[in-house]
Amino acid sequence: MAERSFHVARLPGFATTAIIVFLALYLPIITLVVYSFNASTSLAVWGGFSLDWYAKAWANTQVKDATMRSLIIASFAALISTTVATMAALGTTRRRAFKGQTAIYVMINQPLMVPEIVTAVALMILFGLIKQATGIHGLGYLILAHSAFCIPFAYLPIRARLEGMDLTLETAAADLYATPWQTFRRVTLPLLAPGMIAGAMLAFVISLDDVVITEFVKSGGQDTLPTYMLGQLRRQLTPEINAISTMLLAVTVVLLTAFFLLTRKKD
Amino acid sequence: MSPAEENAVRTSARNGWLLSTPALVVLTFAAAGPLLIVLVYSFLTPGQHGNVIWEFSTGGWVGILWSKDIFTGEWALADAHLSIFWRSLWLSLLTTVFTFVVGFPTAWFIATRAPKERALWLFLITIPFWTNLLIRTYAINEVLRKEGLMNTVLMGLGITDTPIEVLYTPTAIFIGMTYVYLPLMVLPLFAAIDRFDMKLLEAAYDLYASRWRVLRRVILPIVKPGIVAGSILVFVPSLGAYVTPRVLGGGKQMMIGNFIELQFLQGKNWPLGAALSMLLLMIVMVALLVYVRYANKGSSGHG
Repeated sequence: MAERSFHVARLPGFATTAIIVFLALYLPIITLVVYSFNASTSLAVWGGFSLDWYAKAWANTQVKDATMRSLIIASFAALISTTVATMAALGTTRRRAFKGQTAIYVMINQPLMVPEIVTAVALMILFGLIKQATGIHGLGYLILAHSAFCIPFAYLPIRARLEGMDLTLETAAADLYATPWQTFRRVTLPLLAPGMIAGAMLAFVISLDDVVITEFVKSGGQDTLPTYMLGQLRRQLTPEINAISTMLLAVTVVLLTAFFLLTRKKD
Repeated sequence: MSPAEENAVRTSARNGWLLSTPALVVLTFAAAGPLLIVLVYSFLTPGQHGNVIWEFSTGGWVGILWSKDIFTGEWALADAHLSIFWRSLWLSLLTTVFTFVVGFPTAWFIATRAPKERALWLFLITIPFWTNLLIRTYAINEVLRKEGLMNTVLMGLGITDTPIEVLYTPTAIFIGMTYVYLPLMVLPLFAAIDRFDMKLLEAAYDLYASRWRVLRRVILPIVKPGIVAGSILVFVPSLGAYVTPRVLGGGKQMMIGNFIELQFLQGKNWPLGAALSMLLLMIVMVALLVYVRYANKGSSGHG
């Protein structure tokens, strides 16, 4: 029976389906990337290799502005969400379960549960009222909105890191008369850093990718790269969009690879 | 508990709340709190050019299903709205079912790889999950276009002479949603299968169960929590989808998300848009409650 139990987990057609699924997942993305290097204006005919569309995208001031805006918003959102998520993770782990802890969990994960379009509409109304009352139309609204929906993504890896951390080092520090602040600054924080970096990277990626909430919250002339692309998709398409997509994809893949290396279990 | 211990517990709880406060403030102000304003707006009167007039009205909620004829003043079921709801519902259900049909073998395949290889396959399924939804939708748009990859291949193989025009049809939205939400099905399924004890399969085979019977009677019941989780993770964003139907449906094939946008960004009827948003939120909450109840029952049942 040993021979049969070796194949026990094999189910007919499953491996084939899986391979087709992986091909179907990657073929469209690969095609998109390949055509960003197309010399011809057409998205259908291959006219040889060229970097023209990257140069064109880079020379396009709208694209440049949108890129800068995306990077500014994502950086602030990652910084803010990681800071508050780290505090919340310290507050909700490694202590006795307290009253209301579940409520805190629900609040933190709330952006994952509410459909994006609903949050988008809600923020458009609230921020619209504030914009009208104050006359201020800065990037602050977008940064705040992004910070909020990035919190659960920043929180998860930080909490995971905290739960896996050894308490004895902190106890040792306290035994050696370190003040709580010294213990935190010199022991907890360095140990926690990989989790915080991982959380910040996820938050950055999530903010960089957001379309729906940004589309509803932005004031005139505040396009980010994704909302600029969404607007372009209505017009005649050129491989310029492919070039922009490829650059965004590259950022995501690099950050994700770094994230996986950071959070990888050492065994 | 001694008074000192009691004190320590109280301090610990207070610190827990204090540390969580900044996150809660941001979330209250820029995520959860504004939902209440939407609820209020759903009970107001629509303004002339979008926005609202601060007068109580149930018109927004009534308008979800009924519309008043502008000439005769008679109330009738709003067929256009119903067809949008119907399209959203069946496209979401179809997407959920199909992602399961292809996602289950994929998750099974990943879970049965050697541990070293498994991490790579898992990484491959995770990358699309984190990749910009708009870019993935655009990639599918490129594949489905009249001159796109799909038609080039089909015509090259001689399967069809004339290009098939799928773009801007419900089929295109279905293909697009399946494509973008598939990782959300595969990941929880993988988590469930990963915990599955393969010895149970040996036992079943030893007792002369057929493969089909094993799948139906042994595997599916045990990985059920993963199926429920994956289905909800796919169904919920499908129902509220905005980007995919907008790009692949071309404005003609609206889903609830686009219908909500129409009420706000085109300034048609804010209270109706607010009521639709609340309705969508309620449906999602019901789905999540069902899941939570199911998950709790499942964990107590299996020990």
